[in-house]
Amino acid sequence: MAELKYTKDHECIFVDGDIAYVGISKHAQDALGDLVYVELPEVGKAVEKGGDVAVVESVKTAAEVYSPVDGEVVEINEAMADDYELIAKPVNEDGWIVKVKVSDAAALGDLMDQAAYDAYLAEID
Amino acid sequence: MTRSTALHAAHIASGAKMGEFAGYDMPLYYGLGVKKEHEWVRENAGLFDVSHMGQISVKGAEGKTDAVEFFEKLTPSSFSKLGINRTKYTVLTNEQGGIIDDLMVTKTGDNEFHCVINAGCKEKDIEWIKSNLTDGLEFHYFDDWALIALQGPKAEQVVRDVMGKDLSDLNYMSLWYEDYTMFISRLGYTGEDGFEISVPNDKAVALWDALLAHDAVEPIGLAARDSLRLEMGYCLYGHDIDATTTPIEADLAWVMGKDNDGFIGCDVVIPQKNGAPKKRVGVRLTGKGIAREGAEIHDTNGKKIGTLTSGGFAPSLDAAIGQGYVPIEFATPGTKVLVNVRGRDIEAEIASMPFVPAKTKSAKKAA
Repeated sequence: MAELKYTKDHECIFVDGDIAYVGISKHAQDALGDLVYVELPEVGKAVEKGGDVAVVESVKTAAEVYSPVDGEVVEINEAMADDYELIAKPVNEDGWIVKVKVSDAAALGDLMDQAAYDAYLAEID
Repeated sequence: MTRSTALHAAHIASGAKMGEFAGYDMPLYYGLGVKKEHEWVRENAGLFDVSHMGQISVKGAEGKTDAVEFFEKLTPSSFSKLGINRTKYTVLTNEQGGIIDDLMVTKTGDNEFHCVINAGCKEKDIEWIKSNLTDGLEFHYFDDWALIALQGPKAEQVVRDVMGKDLSDLNYMSLWYEDYTMFISRLGYTGEDGFEISVPNDKAVALWDALLAHDAVEPIGLAARDSLRLEMGYCLYGHDIDATTTPIEADLAWVMGKDNDGFIGCDVVIPQKNGAPKKRVGVRLTGKGIAREGAEIHDTNGKKIGTLTSGGFAPSLDAAIGQGYVPIEFATPGTKVLVNVRGRDIEAEIASMPFVPAKTKSAKKAA
């Protein structure tokens, strides 16, 4: 199984070389409910760690998706604009929202692994 | 301190995600999630706890008409010709013609009325009503009663199956009761056929559980209640209407009685029949995106003309909708506007409301 990483804002990330696949965790999906809209950035957009990279919306709310790293958006998941249920797929398969080319690999060290994220969820619950 | 309704434990047991609303810890959604709860109500029957709302009565002596006069002073509606056990939707107005609250008023006798008022307005409304009571009028606050809404095309069948009551002859906006332990009104906040059932708190859990046990019934939280009412163009107090909006501006002129020219605020409101500067309208996004409360409404040149007072996704339309106030020259349905979301202008147009046709039983009679 691919190794997934997480942020405290519930992004879920898969790192492949210098490309970070960014999606949202199961916890975030459950909190939002069924998605009804995903606002994607333009390819080529420069993003900062912690800055907005996309917006996911459910009936009840809009939630910003933050980039886990500094870098540049190199691909957006346009299939998700037609099928929001893709968000539930693994981030390393069809569940990613954007792919970001990482310009500071050091920031990846701040991400939580599955065990650390599970512990974090237990703590904030 | 956060308050809770008599059904609080039942919500927790049903796996509700709870949240604060108007000072109450209320169910926001349950296991189905907001979108499926919304769709369930449109297709089956949804059960809502709306016990946070206030239930009050004002009674005058038999043979007198002071309670009728009281409601014709506090609201712009007419009640003298309203039938017994018939309900009107109306508003309480202030001296400036602004809306203190919107409410349901049922004429339970020639000189007595029962009202359902918004949770967030209870203290304010009760103080206002009491301060305006004339000698001989009796006020009662049913603070130990619950209110359960059952809404959807299968609601009538569910009441028959679970409660053994055939309410097929009960008209829209009408009240039924056989004794003083349960009051059933055919109305709601979803645009579907359905009922609001008022029972004492100690009877609420058993009724809730019995209704919930029916296959056609799912519990529905406040989030879907909001998306359902938004599709109908109904107002949410404190958002779409407030103390600074008049009934005319709020496009609620239809609540005004033709022969009521003496209500509080009439000096401001009645002249507006000839034209108010702004009007509450529906907005439908034609471009991609979802706009929520607070989003600016722009004309096609990008100039701000108003703000959304409600907004969100309409599951029944698979589209984003909202409502807000715009200058009267922009209020005609079909007028092209833009709605600004996170700095981006999204194409939209003024739309007539309801966005989704009402399926309330004999809705025409209520108009």
